[in-house]
Amino acid sequence: MSILPFIEGEPIAGRQLIGQDLAWLTTRRQAGIERFQKTGLPTQKLESWKYTRLRPLDDTRYLPVDAGGTDISIDTVPSVGDVAARLVFVNGRLRADLSDISELPEGVRFDTLENVLAEDPLWVEANMGSVAKDADQAMLALNDAMMDSGFVLHVQKGKALTKPVEVVFIGGLTDQAIAYFPRNLIVLEEASQATLVKHHVGHGRAEYFANSVSEIAVGDAANFKHYKVQAESIHAAHVATVHTRIGRDANYEGFGLSIGGLLSRTETNITLAGQGANAGLHGAYMMRGNEHCDNTSYIDMAVPNTTCNQVFKGVLDDASRGVFQGKIHVARDAQKADGRMLNKTLLLSNDAEIDSKPELEIYADDVQCAHGMTTGQLDTTALFYLRSRGIPEALARNMLVQSFLGDALEEISDENVREVFLDRVVHWLPAHCFLAGEWKESA
Amino acid sequence: MPATAETADQVQSIEGEKYKYGFITEIESDMAPKGLSEDIVRFISAKKNEPEWLLDWRLKAYRRWLEMPEPKWAKVDFPPIDYQQYHYYSAPKSQEDGPQSLEDVDPELLATYEKLGIPIREQEMLAGVQNVAVDYVFDSVSVATTFKKKLEAAGVIFCPISEALERCPDLVRKYLGTVVPMADNKHSCLNSAVFTDGSFVYIPPGVKCPMELSTYFRINEQNTGQFERTLIIADKGSYVSYLEGCTAPMRDENQLHAAVVELIALDDAEIKYSTVQNWYPGDADGKGGIYNFVTKRGACRGKNSKISWTQVETGSAITWKYPSCILQGDNSVGEFYSIAITNNAQQADTGTKMIHIGKNTTSRIISKGISAGKSDQTYRGLVKISAKAEGARNYTQCDSLLIGDKCGAHTVPYIESRNKAAIVEHEATTSTISEDQLFYLRQRGIPQEAAVALVVNGFCREVLQQLPMEFAVEAQKLVGISLEGSVG
Repeated sequence: MSILPFIEGEPIAGRQLIGQDLAWLTTRRQAGIERFQKTGLPTQKLESWKYTRLRPLDDTRYLPVDAGGTDISIDTVPSVGDVAARLVFVNGRLRADLSDISELPEGVRFDTLENVLAEDPLWVEANMGSVAKDADQAMLALNDAMMDSGFVLHVQKGKALTKPVEVVFIGGLTDQAIAYFPRNLIVLEEASQATLVKHHVGHGRAEYFANSVSEIAVGDAANFKHYKVQAESIHAAHVATVHTRIGRDANYEGFGLSIGGLLSRTETNITLAGQGANAGLHGAYMMRGNEHCDNTSYIDMAVPNTTCNQVFKGVLDDASRGVFQGKIHVARDAQKADGRMLNKTLLLSNDAEIDSKPELEIYADDVQCAHGMTTGQLDTTALFYLRSRGIPEALARNMLVQSFLGDALEEISDENVREVFLDRVVHWLPAHCFLAGEWKESA
Repeated sequence: MPATAETADQVQSIEGEKYKYGFITEIESDMAPKGLSEDIVRFISAKKNEPEWLLDWRLKAYRRWLEMPEPKWAKVDFPPIDYQQYHYYSAPKSQEDGPQSLEDVDPELLATYEKLGIPIREQEMLAGVQNVAVDYVFDSVSVATTFKKKLEAAGVIFCPISEALERCPDLVRKYLGTVVPMADNKHSCLNSAVFTDGSFVYIPPGVKCPMELSTYFRINEQNTGQFERTLIIADKGSYVSYLEGCTAPMRDENQLHAAVVELIALDDAEIKYSTVQNWYPGDADGKGGIYNFVTKRGACRGKNSKISWTQVETGSAITWKYPSCILQGDNSVGEFYSIAITNNAQQADTGTKMIHIGKNTTSRIISKGISAGKSDQTYRGLVKISAKAEGARNYTQCDSLLIGDKCGAHTVPYIESRNKAAIVEHEATTSTISEDQLFYLRQRGIPQEAAVALVVNGFCREVLQQLPMEFAVEAQKLVGISLEGSVG
């Protein structure tokens, strides 16, 4: 049996892969295969995969991207509007006709990994694998071996992107099941600034498996905002592994909104590597049907005087399942660390399930760390209050869910992005009644 | 951080040196040969004149144990245990025929318990306070049980489990191993194979046990393990409060303690189980000390039943202990109050499991961990709400206090909820004694040392309050000895 039973054909041999003329990349791919051979697909025996099983991979054989046609026109590509540049990948391949990277400011590189490998292979060689180093992560090893798309965002020292750059991954528009493996490299040099918005959306009815890896290096005193919408189709398995290193006095703000995917998992590893570094890692998840959403994170407060804050809120309906595993690690002598973690979930159905594991591992004494976790249903008193004021029950429920998640979305400091994300939340809500704003106008 | 540093100094100077229970009783013992085998299991069973079914049960457990892997998930680190280096049975020779009455107890043993501060006699503990009936377990056997007559008058059965096997074999057989299955984990499986004494309690329907029941465990002999098994059954509408204390001599090798405690509460019954665990923790470098691998679990089988665990954990080189509640009966209540103090090279991985199965079940977890020295401490807990546990409610609070920059404090809660009408709340904090708190107290004229004491006391107060009065005194002293010369 092939070592990748869920991939049709040989993983590397005889395939068109990006950068295949580069010896170091071939070596990296080979090493990835070997590591994956050792670990195999993660099982629930692994503590970090305790609540998530890659079930779709059991009985689906995915075609590699280069075997499938992608010749389908797209009417709408999601966007937050006013952006500096945009890359659109459809079924794991760049769609140049939908992308626009012509008006980037000086000192900013934003392009596909394929292009940067061709133009500046030394830069990629120097940066790839410099942040994502975990030898035990099977999904990282798999991406190392199979990387076939993805992008590079590189902001030079002192440069600032005033508008966000945007990347859109659209999947599912094929006749057969396909798999793709984006590899993203994000490097913000000292005192630079950037905002990135990623959309992962699914159209069509084909099954697909997206296994992406992002490596993010936030240089000293740099400021990076990283927003992601995961709105894959019900036929998608979405596994994202993120490794982030944050330098001295640098700031990272991450937000992930998960509203789709049969199975989705985002595993975020953050190292606060310089004094004064701050990380905010937030998210909201809304699941229904038999969707499964896993947010796993590991924040390493490696040096003194660092701060981190996590707020994750979710709503689970039908037979959906949510998983939150957060771990804050305070290293020995990393004094004055301040770590906060909060996970709140609303269960809307008796078949829904939340598994939450907020973990603290602390080896320094002069710290302030806290975590909180709650689950429950919609507050019946609040519901009664709204209904007693003549608001129909369905609308009242929507209002309460919206305000519940709104708290988490408040963590998004970019107002425009926050509005767009809030809009997505509203659209997720049951559509059979008026939305709060419209109702007021029509009344 | 002068205050913290000072406290840490005190801790270092006190702990290890001041383990006043560390003496050895020179007493001739009847011991099983070293090592573990089917023959040893048969030897123990024969010593206790056990019925055939129990021997079979033990042998089955032994065979399962051989195949089971060591649990590796806890955050404790120690070399592999050589199970063959222990004696699995040790009894004072003078007690060979079992204590007939308090007068028959060996004077050496009387002296031992006198020195431990819990003399073997029926006495008023404190004026105006209820009496406490005590079962004294020395290595592998029970040497005395007090207030038997008075308890019998109330219909309460309180005796060593080996005696219960003769007096009420059906009750033992009906409940033994039903809360902690034989092969629950490697340590409980070992206990099932080689358990020696431990207490058996049965409270008949509608009876409020007239006094506190207590068992005092003492490990004495070198290279022995203690494997006691406690079984407490509270029948419908009954109530019992049970206390457990334990100490051991200071020895350089690691002694093994693998106990199993099973509690069963039927309709409207309540069991309150308190532990002050003060096994020898080893010296400042981590040499010696008890390996404390304990499986404690209570089943709230009946409606409106309640099980409450309170523990003060200050001893043992390694603690691996998760007193749990299975809330089966509708409206049943589970509670877990814990103070764990680790110092020097101690390691503790402790917490609880609350399994909500019945409707409107509630549970409350209050855990306070204090780490000092080079110690490592982990709170590990599970709150599980099953799909049928309509209206279940859990509140969890676990706080850790770190004293010194060489120790670690970790919180690993697992929360699994499958019922929308259940409410689960969990909060945890980790911090040091804050400069603000100390400053506030000091500027009101409270000296530094007293201020630290006040903060530590306040930190533990919620749990200390849960202890029965007799134990609260001892526990407060222990907290004091462990962390603050002047506290308590």
